[in-house]
Amino acid sequence: MAQTVSGASGQVARAVVLFAGAVAFLFPFYYMFIGSLQAMPDTSPAGALPSTGLTLGNYREINAQVHLVRSLVNSGIFTGGVIACTVVFGVLAGYALARLRFRGRGTLFAVVLLVQVVPFQLLLIPLYVLIVRSYGLADSYPGMILPYAINTTAVFVFRQFFLQLPDELFAAARVDGAGEVRILRSVALPLVRPALLTVVLLTFIGPWNEFLWPFLITKQTDMQPLAVSLANYISNVAARAANPYGAVLAGACVLAAPAVALFIVFQRYFTSTNIGSGVKG
Amino acid sequence: MPATLLPGGPIRATRDRVTALLGRHPVGLALVAPYAAFIALVFAYPFGLSVWMSFHEYFFTAPGAQVDRPFVGLRNYSAVLSDPGVRQAFGNIVVFLLINVPLTVVLALLLATALNRAVRARMFLRVAYYVPYVTASVSVVGVWLFLFSSGGLVNKALGPLAPDPSWLVNEHLAMPVIAVFVAWKQLGFFILLYLAALQNVPRELYESAAMDGASRWDSFRSVTVPAVRPATTLVVILATITGANLFTEPYLLTGGGGPNGASTSPVLLMYQRGVEQGHPDVAAAIGVLLVIGVVLVSLLNRWLLERD
Repeated sequence: MAQTVSGASGQVARAVVLFAGAVAFLFPFYYMFIGSLQAMPDTSPAGALPSTGLTLGNYREINAQVHLVRSLVNSGIFTGGVIACTVVFGVLAGYALARLRFRGRGTLFAVVLLVQVVPFQLLLIPLYVLIVRSYGLADSYPGMILPYAINTTAVFVFRQFFLQLPDELFAAARVDGAGEVRILRSVALPLVRPALLTVVLLTFIGPWNEFLWPFLITKQTDMQPLAVSLANYISNVAARAANPYGAVLAGACVLAAPAVALFIVFQRYFTSTNIGSGVKG
Repeated sequence: MPATLLPGGPIRATRDRVTALLGRHPVGLALVAPYAAFIALVFAYPFGLSVWMSFHEYFFTAPGAQVDRPFVGLRNYSAVLSDPGVRQAFGNIVVFLLINVPLTVVLALLLATALNRAVRARMFLRVAYYVPYVTASVSVVGVWLFLFSSGGLVNKALGPLAPDPSWLVNEHLAMPVIAVFVAWKQLGFFILLYLAALQNVPRELYESAAMDGASRWDSFRSVTVPAVRPATTLVVILATITGANLFTEPYLLTGGGGPNGASTSPVLLMYQRGVEQGHPDVAAAIGVLLVIGVVLVSLLNRWLLERD
């Protein structure tokens, strides 16, 4: 009796905690969306549930200020370039680290572990010197992509995936006389799809959301990804606009939408096991 | 390559020598070459350059220009350490970590434990929790600016309790708001880490705790918390690194580390000193000190969390 009562109250307490958590995480997103549709900001608690006066004017305003399409294309090229490099070179590296024996493998793996704990910001100044001053890659896509080109967590995810494939698969192919490249092409790669989706998801959020690096190296507005042009709008222009928050929130919605949509659609490829293996190696 | 597959004296001997030199699958070297080159170019070399710059007089030059960059010993470091702005920024990060790290660990473990036992709406809750993590800082900073502005929803809801000056322009509250913002934004990721750890806790431990008459809270304290301790170490270290890398939030949320530098972070200072004011050598010294700090804090945390 006592057991079931405490079990029931425990369940209620748990549900309250979980639900309160969900509200705390989701409410700012709801508020962002509603605020982006209001012609005049209504910050009273009742204003969080507006019934009339919704408009797309804020989207027109932010588009007039930062050229959304151009910025989205820049974000897309930056992100696409990083994903392409990560997938191609990450699969090769992950496969080699998982299944091949070659000189220097242990050293490379140790270095890779170390890389994960070196904060990118330490490298900020030297990378800026190298890429902007020495290589002259300011205001260019390669300059944006280069420091992010191969996502180390993705290499780990691929390595973990290839490690857990059964050995017999590879042994059979070797008995048939297949070379290592052939095994990679016709045995390992066709199986890689689930790991591929995890990798694309977790690689996507890096460059798409990144602000500091593209902000440093793009001075021309027509090269800036959306995160940078929106941030510049927030820090420079917004103060002079009629409904500054409306336009900021409209831009924020445009920047957030692709990432949020991807993660809702493909949420089952972004689970604790996938991420755990990626982080812990 | 096919030649090495044929049986035969001289070829086999060559193959053995190749194996001894390069390993059983030399092709692996070719497969990792692009990644190894990337690490060398984007991590190892800049890392070394950063340390080198911090001991030399370094300034920006036109591409290809040859200039003298004299060794200056610890001059950049003494410049950094005697700069009150730098000391304030490091102090701000301490405030940030003291609020952010405990908040992150407690809330992430609490929500992960609740989520681990939840039956209904698991998928919805999981997605709800990591939506802030996958969204751009710039984007969610926009809505936090709106929520915490002086006439914003938070102050309207608080009425007479609203702080004056308001949150983001109050020198005692700016850094705590940033610490809470970052905890909120990163929590989903840490919940996923804890979920993975919780799934590896053997059920028998809970069962035997229940048999000993332990309450739910007792078994959380005596079974769950010790069992996820390695995950806690990881969460604390990752949260510390995230905190040390703080840039976007003070730059945008508090208008460039304001008020009066109360929310300046070391990375924001690196940007201001290095890029805006053209002293990359000083900025590199700040970076080196920051990393030494992160390593020390991580070792301390590890020692605190893993000793018995």
